[in-house]
Amino acid sequence: MRKIIDSVMETIVFICGILSIVFVALIFGFLLKEGFAFFKEFGVINFITGRFWYPVSNPPQFGILPLIVGSLLVTVGAAVIAVPMGVMAALYISEIAPKGVRDILKSFVELMAAIPSVVIGFVGMVTIVPIIRMTFNLPTGLTAFTGSLMLAFMAMPTIVTISEDAIRSVPWAYKEGALALGATRWQTVRRIVLKAAMPGIVAAVMLGIGRVIGETMAVMMITGNAAQIPHSIFEPVRTMTATIAAEMGETVRGGMHYRALFALGFVLFVITFIVNFVADLFSGKSKK
Amino acid sequence: MFRLNPKLSQKLSYALLFCATIFVIIPVVFILFIIIKNGASAITWEFLTSMPRNGMRSGGILPAILGTLSIVSCAICITLPIGVSAAIYLNEYAKDNLLTRIIKLAIVNLAGVPSVVYGLFGLGIFVMFFKLGVSIIAGALTLSIMELPVIITTARGALNSVPYSFREASMSLGVSRWQTIRYIVLPNALPGILTGAILSIARISGETAPILFTAAAFYVPHLPGSIFDQVMALPYHLFIISTQIPNMPKNIIFGTALVLLMLVLSMSLIAIIARLYFRKRRKW
Repeated sequence: MRKIIDSVMETIVFICGILSIVFVALIFGFLLKEGFAFFKEFGVINFITGRFWYPVSNPPQFGILPLIVGSLLVTVGAAVIAVPMGVMAALYISEIAPKGVRDILKSFVELMAAIPSVVIGFVGMVTIVPIIRMTFNLPTGLTAFTGSLMLAFMAMPTIVTISEDAIRSVPWAYKEGALALGATRWQTVRRIVLKAAMPGIVAAVMLGIGRVIGETMAVMMITGNAAQIPHSIFEPVRTMTATIAAEMGETVRGGMHYRALFALGFVLFVITFIVNFVADLFSGKSKK
Repeated sequence: MFRLNPKLSQKLSYALLFCATIFVIIPVVFILFIIIKNGASAITWEFLTSMPRNGMRSGGILPAILGTLSIVSCAICITLPIGVSAAIYLNEYAKDNLLTRIIKLAIVNLAGVPSVVYGLFGLGIFVMFFKLGVSIIAGALTLSIMELPVIITTARGALNSVPYSFREASMSLGVSRWQTIRYIVLPNALPGILTGAILSIARISGETAPILFTAAAFYVPHLPGSIFDQVMALPYHLFIISTQIPNMPKNIIFGTALVLLMLVLSMSLIAIIARLYFRKRRKW
């Protein structure tokens, strides 16, 4: 009896264990199934290099280049702000801050990660957007730059927490060695600790970027959603995620537009898959 | 060449790092301050317990609160048993082989899929393929798949922190493997698993994109009756009233944001306190 229960439970937990693979395959399969029908009709090259996204005009145009550029611009902008700030904050929290202060700082960072993205988007709309419009004297404050700024705040918790783990896992002996040679604490941190923790920090940055690319609600609320290729970061843009979220509700189920959005989701899935795969490679490296 | 004295250089760098840390912290304080300051006046008993009126421009947000609670409780009931079982498999049974590595890679990727792509997936499989329609159950299933990697990772951490000697002691008494897991490992890992579950509840309460096309409705004139109903949800409601409805009174938007924020943060706070409490009580 006991043996039967044992083997039944082992089978159950095994099935739950491989469910993750099943789900990844299902997501991939479903996006591909709907997307493939679209690619066959419209062409992959036309889809990716087309400069115009007019899904409801006649004939409809499904070029996602402006959406890719929009996502890219907002992501690069956010990374430029969030990466240096996040890594510096991680260094401060793990190496310099006194222990009591460290715990307080860490809980604030965790708190930031817990705030829902709609709330961040809403606060951005009522505060940063008018400030940007007035400071740079623009027709609208809903720009790629505003989006980058808000996304930077949302990526920082990821970058800080994971970098901090990497920095803290640097062996004590490294630091002791450097300090014993007469290096100051800062020299040790900058030349030894930072270098040893680098793979983990790169993984943290990739995960932060992955979060930014996939972010939807806040981006939809503050980047202006104009599907055109922007000339500067002070123009409205529309990202891939925001396009899916904003347009799916109005499509005819099973129609061309509906499938185009699945195809867009497929592109997004592939991009984040690559980003996460690279992050995983680096975090594997840092554990050795 | 001009070179800074190492002591001075250290001081300057520390100051710079400190400023960066402040820059990371400030948005949280700022967001909390703005929402609480402007939203507190809107929170009344009537706001929390009545239906929206006048095109949502007055009245309360009861259906949105109940909608979110029902979606989230359904989702956690689905994802928790599956996630914990998967964690048990990975931590207690799995050998270090190719299959295990693929499972781990799948979990990492599941964690990285954008929330809006989960929305698409949920629409394709649950709403259309299984014909569940836009409903609580379709949204809950979508959210449960999204939250699965988080549950697995935290549960695995909790199982892993139970000392190996506990298992050896139990097995050496002739207890079977599953009984060891059921009566020794799981009870000791329970606090960690529950903390992770509470954090997950907090996280999925605030998610909007996955329920956008699977569960959420613009306006439903009655309270949710069954799991096959379309419902209003707090985060979606906040999105609608802050972007789609003209002349929306500001204090209602801030009030809604405050209710959502309190729901999410109080959950997180409970989890953090529980974690500290259990860590102190731990005997090993």
